[in-house]
Amino acid sequence: MATTTATRVHLVTRRDPTRPLRHAIGVVLAYAVLIAFALALILPFIFTVANSFKTTSDIVSNPQLLYPTQGFTLAGYEKILTSTQINIPRVVFNSFLFAILTMVGHLIFDSMAGYALARIGFPGRGLAFATLVGTMMVPPIVLLIPRFLILKQLNLVNTYGGLILPTIADAFGVFLMKQFFESIPADIEEAAAIDGASRFRMFFVVILPMAVPALTALAIFGFQGAWNNFTDPLISVGSEKSLFTLPLALAFLRGETGDVLQWDMLLSGSVLTTLPMAVIFFVFQRFFIEGVTYTGIKG
Amino acid sequence: MATNTLGAQQAVVPPVAPRQTVFSKTAQEWLAGFSFVAPALIIVIVFIFIPIIYAFFISFTNWTGLQPPAEAQNVGLANYQALLTNSGIVRTEFFRAVKNTVYYVLGVVPMQTIVALFLAIIVNQKFLKGRSFFRTAFYFPSITSSIVISMIFLWLFNRNGIINYFIGQIAAPLGGYKPETWLNDPNGLIHNFLRLFGLTINNAPDWMKTDVLGQSIWQWISGPSVTMFTIMLLNVWTTSGTLMLIFLAALQDIPGQLYEAAAVDGANRWQQFRNITLPMLRPTTFFVITIGLIGTFQVFDQVYVISKGQPAGTTATIAWQLYRNAFRDSQAGLGAATAFVLFVLIGFFTVIQRRLVGSSPK
Repeated sequence: MATTTATRVHLVTRRDPTRPLRHAIGVVLAYAVLIAFALALILPFIFTVANSFKTTSDIVSNPQLLYPTQGFTLAGYEKILTSTQINIPRVVFNSFLFAILTMVGHLIFDSMAGYALARIGFPGRGLAFATLVGTMMVPPIVLLIPRFLILKQLNLVNTYGGLILPTIADAFGVFLMKQFFESIPADIEEAAAIDGASRFRMFFVVILPMAVPALTALAIFGFQGAWNNFTDPLISVGSEKSLFTLPLALAFLRGETGDVLQWDMLLSGSVLTTLPMAVIFFVFQRFFIEGVTYTGIKG
Repeated sequence: MATNTLGAQQAVVPPVAPRQTVFSKTAQEWLAGFSFVAPALIIVIVFIFIPIIYAFFISFTNWTGLQPPAEAQNVGLANYQALLTNSGIVRTEFFRAVKNTVYYVLGVVPMQTIVALFLAIIVNQKFLKGRSFFRTAFYFPSITSSIVISMIFLWLFNRNGIINYFIGQIAAPLGGYKPETWLNDPNGLIHNFLRLFGLTINNAPDWMKTDVLGQSIWQWISGPSVTMFTIMLLNVWTTSGTLMLIFLAALQDIPGQLYEAAAVDGANRWQQFRNITLPMLRPTTFFVITIGLIGTFQVFDQVYVISKGQPAGTTATIAWQLYRNAFRDSQAGLGAATAFVLFVLIGFFTVIQRRLVGSSPK
């Protein structure tokens, strides 16, 4: 309080006549920069959506117009959904299956492991933690060939098992949950322990409900990571079109069409791939921002 | 269920057999610990830990990726020698990929860090209305699939695309503009810059034609190609939002009293920024640079969709190269060796960066 008053006094005594003007210019500049950046980031999506409702020739001749000049059409969407090269409804199903199972896997397995590492004393705990943290250091791209190698050994290449199992738990989520569980007070568990609750019951009935904020972040990252994942499915199911996810299918269709790209189909495909994530983002916006901030700082 | 019964017994008759109870309680803790950690640990061991070790051995073989790995023959250090020491096409391509990747990293990491910091500082201004709108707008690209974003950029930057249209509109009164083929232009940015001063390969000094690891010095200093530059823009465009949020959180953690005290001492806005904001953001900046380095060294998806290493190999990154070795050229052993060299490179740059800038945040 004292400092604030001092600041005011100080500023008043300086009596800088240009101050309000400089402030106004600053405000205008700040808004101008922010609006310019926001447009740069959002306009590409708006153009994409607008053009996905045009005919190919309209897209090629007037990409800059946000309205169709040759009539509104769903031809692009029809083309991709009924493609004979790849069964897109099946691909959409695969994408949801992959993303939901990955998310559920992370929610259960990552939080269980995080809880054990934070709260339960057992031999080998340090080693288990070191192993998990150690694998976090491995850059995903370095894993490309090793992952393929093990899937081949286990006969999981081009199977749903090969698609889903490798990402059903991850070290990052375990780490996140461990940090969260370390932050909640131990007396709650002690009270539950006195009541005679087992670790399992204690975890699922007492601890997990308290972990909803952390679990929300975990669920969002799990779903988003799997939905947008390209390299893991490329390695596990990259040569079996019936098991493709949406990013794989899009990359495949881009490759198939050669030099003359069928933009109506590719733009519609881009919109379809983005739509579920966009809906989830707008509904759970707050949690996305909080999640990034939380994990970003905690690293 | 069993534990419940035990708990009940314990509650009813605690003093009867304390030793046994204590022991089984411990055993139960152990069992709980093991079974809680087991699923995640097994997945990570089977799909990351073992594969990495296995692939390390495979990097000393001629495995094609097609036959069962056990049938591959040991070739000793041959893969690593082909990449690093024996002059030949493999080494030339590998060092070309190193060059492309390093230009990419050196361009993207500073750009995205500065843009993110700049945006965060503006969004953090107290007088600003609609802050959450801007936060949302800036973050949206980060939730989108890298494949979709590559597709959108492929479309925006194609020869008849929107980018050329708008540049054409702006350039029309200034004498017109010959549409740039952004995604099929192998010319390096530094080469293009030197050409403005009349320096080309034809009149470059002779020492610039010396061959170093398969490329002339002139080729080494090309800078990223125009196509690579477009992919760099794409990456900055995608990641700045996430990094901005990280900076924003750090900015909001700086105690307001610091600024008030500085204002009392007569520090102006710029001095406050130099002497309070920047030092307080140090750990966050290092964190952002570290994840930036690790991420950009792995650039792959965008190359896969947009250019597949073309034009003239100028977008062939190390990640693309190892994928190509293993899955297109049936040289998975060589690909594995490439992967481990990349692993070492990423580790090396991360350590250097940490040494240079001190500690990272906890």
